Amino acid sequence: MKMSGAEIIIKLLERQGVRTIAGIPGGANLPLYDALGQHGGIKHILTRHEQGAGFIAQGMARVSGKPAVFFATSGPGATNTLTAIADAKLDSIPVICITGQVPLSMIGTDAFQEVDTYGLSVPITKHNFLVRSAEDLLRVIPEAFRIAASGRPGPVVVDVPKDVQMAEIEFDQWPEPGVPDRTPELFAGEIEHAAAMINRAEKPILYLGGGVIQSDSASQAVAVAEKGAIPAAMTLMGLGSIPSGHPLNLGMLGMHAARYTNLALEECDLLIAVGVRFDDRATGKVSEFCPNAKVIHMDIDPSELDKIKTAHASVRGDVADVLKALLPHIERQNRTEWNSRIEALKGAHPMLVPGADDPTSPYGVILKAAELAGDQAIVCTDVGQHQMRTAQVYPFTRPRHWLTSGGLGTMGFGMPAALGAALAAPDKPVICFSGDGSIMMNIQDLATAMEYDIPVKIILTNNNALGLVRQQQDLFYGKRYVASNYGKCVDFMKIADGFGINTYDLGNCDDPEATLARALAAPGPALVHVPVSPDEPVYPMVAPGAANSQMIGGENHV
Amino acid sequence: MCRQTVIELSVNNHPGVMSHICGLFARRAYNVEGIACMPVNGGQTSKIWLLVDADDRLDQMIKQVDKLEDVLIVERYDSGHPVFAKMAEFVQ
Repeated sequence: MKMSGAEIIIKLLERQGVRTIAGIPGGANLPLYDALGQHGGIKHILTRHEQGAGFIAQGMARVSGKPAVFFATSGPGATNTLTAIADAKLDSIPVICITGQVPLSMIGTDAFQEVDTYGLSVPITKHNFLVRSAEDLLRVIPEAFRIAASGRPGPVVVDVPKDVQMAEIEFDQWPEPGVPDRTPELFAGEIEHAAAMINRAEKPILYLGGGVIQSDSASQAVAVAEKGAIPAAMTLMGLGSIPSGHPLNLGMLGMHAARYTNLALEECDLLIAVGVRFDDRATGKVSEFCPNAKVIHMDIDPSELDKIKTAHASVRGDVADVLKALLPHIERQNRTEWNSRIEALKGAHPMLVPGADDPTSPYGVILKAAELAGDQAIVCTDVGQHQMRTAQVYPFTRPRHWLTSGGLGTMGFGMPAALGAALAAPDKPVICFSGDGSIMMNIQDLATAMEYDIPVKIILTNNNALGLVRQQQDLFYGKRYVASNYGKCVDFMKIADGFGINTYDLGNCDDPEATLARALAAPGPALVHVPVSPDEPVYPMVAPGAANSQMIGGENHV
Repeated sequence: MCRQTVIELSVNNHPGVMSHICGLFARRAYNVEGIACMPVNGGQTSKIWLLVDADDRLDQMIKQVDKLEDVLIVERYDSGHPVFAKMAEFVQ
């Protein structure tokens, strides 16, 4: 076979099963786009900003569990992708970013649109490549897929100089598609030791994270919880592991957890950490996190074990394998005393949801949208108060239906990630909760939603402020609201209208519930505008750096 | 005086490997006191020796280094390595 580097890339992506790629062309990746157009097996989504392309890829990868690809040209194209790549790194999402680069002979000359993409992406990728010959592509592209999906998943950058894309080479056969490495072997002793600790514990709690979602082991986690009658709290990334209505579900823990969740953790005698990395938003002040508990930590990434909290027992392995191996060793117990204690905590310190019945309130609109969208809906958020409220009250029922920027906390994540989710799961409703601060960070991709008629429903709670920033200023900076209120209002209805998106205003209609229902049922993308007050905090809240037991607000005054 | 340790790495030999390794230490504010690097077996791979202070973050650092795709083998020499003893003669 004789082919150019660009054609080789496109063919290899097809062989990996890639069917949709988001991106933007430019001088340095035009050969790649030319090959994409000529071979025709892959649908391309032209975004309006490369960061949007990165989050579309993330949306596809988070929903499907498979690596997704996005394209950018050299220089500013590549630098625009960095936030989406860093976001994928912190949340362990398998994406592959293929960037154009100036020709090899011009690298290092400050050529037009040259930037050191390799150097810039070193600290934010799982691995990266600067491809030096077309022959290398036959090895690098499958490797990129193997690396992105193996072990703890993550982003890979492949930087391809223009002359490498154009070089024609002869080769005999295609390499095998890259597949994930086999999961590491478990140590029976680690499993048995962990099981013995769990069986002995009187007040255990499961602490489930993104690793449970990534390894598709939510059903095993539920089985372990049920067999041992072990209540389970989840991190922001772990939501959906256990259905929200399940009696053992404690909801999200940490900074914006319900009071009973953090109080239960205070009392537990064994913390069973599964696919979590002890992020400070989850643990609060780490030395005071679960002060009475022994810790079992299960993770596929050995560098996570003992990184932040030294575990009394570590289990290294894919948590799906670990939970499967663990289950037969777990004694069937009722733990009646502990579960009654949890029920008492739930009764005394419930999650208070102001305005739950009002579809024009910040919480009420989330609950009403959930009710209308049904339990198949995929839910995306941006970052801010709306995100924490959704995490607190949305009735999640299954994994891979909750997409949020956890580790990096990227405003601008939600809308393009929702587009990716809708592309990966065209049969499911996709809702994106956003705020006025967040949506502005990638609002240009409303045009992408319009152009490809991607039916995402954006529910925009607008307080004309940076709500979480303002809330911190309110609580910790003497109510000095510096740079957290916008001086003037933007007309989001007109903006969305200008982008060709259907709009619905819950603040200016007779029947908000019916309007919301109409928006969710209509074909194509829609923006639902919900004006809310900037003076409605997200409670409870743990101050950054404080212990989780020191919660502010959300108290039950009966 | 801090106790020092030598980490010996077998790595793929291509431009960029050194920046992966040094960057990992630098962004954790963990100083590398000495570095030596030589290609082996015709240049497909290299050996890198890092001289570092042995503080309580070292185990975590070694796990992170071990995670890098281009790092093939990590060995630790807590009682030093002759490569730095010989190099020391050049910087007297």
